[in-house]
Amino acid sequence: MTKRHLLAVDDLHVHYRLARPHLFGARPTLRAVDGVSLSVERGRTLGLVGESGCGKTTLGLAVLRLVEPTGGTVTFDGMELRSLGAEALLDVRRRMQIIFQDPYSSLNPRQNAGDIVRSPLDVQRVGSPSEREERVAELFSLVGLRPNQRNLFPHQFSGGQRQRISIARALALNPDLIVCDEPVSALDVAIQAQILNLLGELQEDLHLTFVFISHDLAVVQHICDEIAVMYLGVLVEKASRRTLFRSPRHPYTRALLSAVPARRASRRTERIRLEGDIPSPINIPPGCRFHTRCAYAQDRCRVEVPELVEKAPGHWEACHFETSPRAG
Amino acid sequence: MNGTHPPPELPFREETEAPDIPWQVTARMFYANKAAVLGLIGFTVIAVVGLFGPAILQADPFDIVGAPLTGPGEPRPMGTDYLGRDVLAGMIHGTRPTLMMAVTATGFAVLIGISIGALAGFYGGRLDNLLMRITEFFQVLPPLVFAMVIVAIFGASFVIVILAIGVTTWTDLARLTRAEVLKIKEREFVMAARAIGMRNRPLIVGVLLPNALPPLVIAVTLQVGFTIIYEAALSFLGLTDPEIMTWGRMIGLSRDFFFEAWWSVTFPGLAILFTTLCIALVGDGLNDALNPRLRGR
Amino acid sequence: MPAVTGKPPVLEVDGLCVDFAVRRKQVRVLSDISFTVGRGETLGIIGESGCGKSMTALALLRMIPSPPGRITAGRVLLDGEDLIQVPEKRIRAIRGGEISMVFQEPMTSLNPVYTIGNQIAETIRRHKGISGAAAWKEAVDLLDMVHIPAPERRVHEYPHHLSGGMRQRVMIAMALACEPTVLLADEPTTALDVTVQAQIFDLLREIQEVHGTCIVLITHDFGAVSEMADRVLVMYAGHKVEEGTLDEISGEPRHPYTQGLLRSMPEIVDDPADIRERLPEIPGTVPDLLRGLEGCPFAPRCPSAMPKCRDRPGYTRLGDHRSVKCWLASEGTGDRVGS
Ligand SMILES: Nc1ncnc2c1ncn2[C@@H]1O[C@H](COP(=O)(O)OP(=O)(O)OP(=O)(O)O)[C@@H](O)[C@H]1O
Ligand code: SF4
Ligand SMILES: [Mg+2]
Repeated sequence: MTKRHLLAVDDLHVHYRLARPHLFGARPTLRAVDGVSLSVERGRTLGLVGESGCGKTTLGLAVLRLVEPTGGTVTFDGMELRSLGAEALLDVRRRMQIIFQDPYSSLNPRQNAGDIVRSPLDVQRVGSPSEREERVAELFSLVGLRPNQRNLFPHQFSGGQRQRISIARALALNPDLIVCDEPVSALDVAIQAQILNLLGELQEDLHLTFVFISHDLAVVQHICDEIAVMYLGVLVEKASRRTLFRSPRHPYTRALLSAVPARRASRRTERIRLEGDIPSPINIPPGCRFHTRCAYAQDRCRVEVPELVEKAPGHWEACHFETSPRAG
Repeated sequence: MNGTHPPPELPFREETEAPDIPWQVTARMFYANKAAVLGLIGFTVIAVVGLFGPAILQADPFDIVGAPLTGPGEPRPMGTDYLGRDVLAGMIHGTRPTLMMAVTATGFAVLIGISIGALAGFYGGRLDNLLMRITEFFQVLPPLVFAMVIVAIFGASFVIVILAIGVTTWTDLARLTRAEVLKIKEREFVMAARAIGMRNRPLIVGVLLPNALPPLVIAVTLQVGFTIIYEAALSFLGLTDPEIMTWGRMIGLSRDFFFEAWWSVTFPGLAILFTTLCIALVGDGLNDALNPRLRGR
Repeated sequence: MPAVTGKPPVLEVDGLCVDFAVRRKQVRVLSDISFTVGRGETLGIIGESGCGKSMTALALLRMIPSPPGRITAGRVLLDGEDLIQVPEKRIRAIRGGEISMVFQEPMTSLNPVYTIGNQIAETIRRHKGISGAAAWKEAVDLLDMVHIPAPERRVHEYPHHLSGGMRQRVMIAMALACEPTVLLADEPTTALDVTVQAQIFDLLREIQEVHGTCIVLITHDFGAVSEMADRVLVMYAGHKVEEGTLDEISGEPRHPYTQGLLRSMPEIVDDPADIRERLPEIPGTVPDLLRGLEGCPFAPRCPSAMPKCRDRPGYTRLGDHRSVKCWLASEGTGDRVGS
C-alpha cells in the first residue's frame, strides 16, 4: 500500500459460525468472505460485482468493522483497523460511512428526516446544537432535499428521496470513504440515474473515495474506475474499468457480461450460459470454486486452487488457464 | 394458483409539506382518538377518587358498620361484606393502594423484563444463554409459591408485596422484548446507527426499544390488570399487608360469599375491570400517537 | 426475430380503465389501455413502479382488489370471449387455465408447507380433473420440461429447499400445467441474478417456440424487454404513452418519456471511455395520482412541454401497432384517435 491508497484490504476472511443443524451436529462454518485482497486509491471508486450471496455486503461491512473479520487486515489511511481499540475505532468511524441498498429498512421509521441526518452529529458531538441544525440544512440542499421536508418521516418519502436521506446521513461527518452497498438497486431506472449523478457530483466536490457494491454491471461500468469481480467469497478478476470491459478474462466475468441483456444487437456476440446456481458458501467446492459451473474446467481445476495473479499489467485473474479469446 | 399476489404499487403519496412540531402531532393524534381520550378521562376520575376520596369519605374501611351481608340500599349504597364492613368505604379507600401497587409492581416488572430481554437480544451468545436460563428458572417457578416464600421470609409489608409481584411477573416481558430486539437488530438502520459510531447503550435505548414499543405497550397494559388480580390471589392467601385495603383484597376475602352477597365481589371487580380498560385504551392511543406511520391519517 | 404483424390476435385489450376509491375520491389508475398479443408473440410492458403495469395484468384476470378497485370501462377479449363480462365461475377457470401468471417473488406465491410436487399436481387436478397418480406423473414431466435436474427426486422437496432460480422454474412449471394460451409474467426475473435470469429467459423462449404461448412480460428493466419482447408498450402514470415494435421503441422512441427512460439507463459498452459522463436524467418523480392529473401526465417532467400540453393528448397512430400519446407526435404525420 502506498500513500495514494486510502484503503487496503489484505487476505480478509469473514467466517460465520452457524447454529447446530440438530442437537449433536457440528456447527457449520459459512465462509462469506474467504481471503480477499484489494486496495482503493484516494478519490477513486472501486466496484465490487458478483451474484447474490457471494459476500459483497459482508466484505463491505467488514471493511468498516461492522462485522468482525475472522482473519486478514484492513488498513485505512495507514491505520490497521483490527488492532484499534473501541474508542479509536469510534473515531475512525467518522471517516468511513456506508449507504445501504434498501432505502426502506436503512432509515429508522421513528425518526424524522432531519433527525436522521443530524444523528451522526449528535452521536459524535460535533458543534453546537444550532450549528448542527445549520449543517442539516446544508446537507439537505447538498443532496437535493427541500428544507421543509425536514420534519417528515421516512414513510412519507419515495424510494429515491429516502436514498438521498441516507446519502445525507453518510455525508454528515465529512467522511473520506463511503461504502455504497447497492445504493441504486432498489430504485426505478429514472431515479437510478438521478442518484448515480448525485453520487458522482458529490465525489468530485468532496473528494470522496467509494467502494461501490453492485450486481448490475452496467451501473458498475458507469461509475467505477477499478472493478473487482467476486465469486463465492473470493475475487476472480480485478482490473480497471476499461480493461475489464474491453478484454474480460475470467470465464465467470465473461459469463456475467454475456448474461446482461443487450440493448443493441451488436453486443450479442459471445454467449456463455452458466449451468445451475452458485454453490453454497457452507460447502465450497474444492480447487477452483467456479469449476462446478465452468465450461473450461479440467481435472486440475477440481483440486488445485488458482491464485489471483497479475496476468497482464494491472489485470488480475484467478484461473489456471488462458480461456479468453480476446485477452491479450 | 394458490398464492397471494403482492398488492400492486400505486403512485399515491401522502406527503404533507407543513413542518410539524413532533410532540404537538403526538398530542393531536392522541386527542383525535376518542377511545383513548375516554380512557384518559376514566383513569383521571379513578386517580382523583384515589387522591381525594379518603379525605371526603372519612370512614375506616375496616370498621364494622352494620349487619353482615346486607345488600346495596339506603345508608350503604354498595352494601356490607361478610363481616359487616362498608363496601363503598373499601372501594374508595382501596383505590390509592391498588393503583400504587399495580403501577409500581408493573413498573418493577417492566424494568427487569425489558432490561433482561434487551440485553439478551442485543448481545446474544453466552449472555443471552445465561439470561434466558434465568428467565426460564423464574418462569417454571409457580409464581404464587414463589411470592409466598418471599413474603414469608421478609414479612407481608406493602413494599415487599410489590417487590414479590414484580419479581415473579417479568418473564413474559423479557421474552417479548428479546424477540422484538432480535427482529429489529437485523434491520439496516441499526447497522447504520453503529456506522455513525453510536455506542451500545444509546443504541438499545434510543433506537431498538422505541421500535419495539407497540407490542410492549400492549403487554404492559395487560400486565397492570394482571397485577391487580394477582394481588387479589395473594390477599386471599393472607399474604398481603393486613393493614391496607385494596380492591384485590376485597375480592380475595369475599370470594366465598359471592352467592350470598354478589355486591361485595362485583363492585371491586368492576372497578378493576374499568381501570384495566382505561389503561389499555390510553396505552393503545399512546402507541398509535407515537407511531409516525399512523400520523396524518 | 418473428414477424410483427399479421398474426391473429389471441388476446385483445380495448380501452381498459380502472378506478380506485381512495379517501372518497375516485382515482384513475389505468386510463384507456389497449393492446393485442398474437399467437407466439411476446409483448413487453415497461414502466416505473406505480405506473400501472401490474394493475394491467391483474385487471385482465379481474383480480383487482375490489373494493377499492373497479374496472370502469373496456373489454378484454380472449379468443373473442370478453373476460370482463363472463361469469365468476368462468373467470376462475381461465385463471391458471387459459391465462397463467408468474410473479416476481416465487417464495410468496408457493405454499411453504406442501412439497412442490403436491402443489403442481393439485393445480393439474383442479383444472383437468384427472386422477392423483396421473397428475403426479404430469408434475414430474413439467419439472423436467423446465429443466429441473432429477425431477423425480425434486417433486418431494419443499419450496425453501430450492434456490431462487429453481423456485421460479417451479412457478413456471405450475403456470404451464394447463397449457395456457397466455402467460402473464410480472417481473419474473427481478429477484434473480443475471446468470439465472438468462436461464429463465432461455426457458421462456423455448416454451414459447414449442407451444406457441403468448407472453406478456411486465418489467421495469428495458434489458429484459429487449431480450424477450417482439413489441413493447410503455406505460406512465396509468397511461399507455407509446407502443411499437422493439426496434421502433429502442431505435426511434417518439415519446419524450420513452426517450428519457432509455437515455437515463447506463448501458454496457465493449470499450468504455476513461471518463465518466453524467447520465441524462428525467427530473422529478412520478406524479401523485391523488392530486389529479390534467393534460399530459408527463408534462411536469417533460423537457419539451408546451402550453398545449395542458390539454390531454390522444393517441397518434403512426402505423399498425404503433402509437404515441403526445402532442409532439400529432403535429407531424398520423391521425388522432380517442382521447
Ligand atoms: N449474520 C450472518 N450470519 C450468518 N450468515 C450470514 C450472515 N450475514 C450474511 N451471511 C451469509 O453470508 C453470505 C454472503 O452474504 P452477503 O450478504 O455478504 O452477500 P451479498 O453478496 O451482499 O449478496 P446480495 O447481493 O444478495 O446482497 C451469504 O450466504 C449469507 O447468507
Ligand atoms: S481454474 Fe478452471 S474451473 Fe476455474 S475458472 Fe479457470 S478453467 Fe474454470
Ligand atoms: Mg448485499
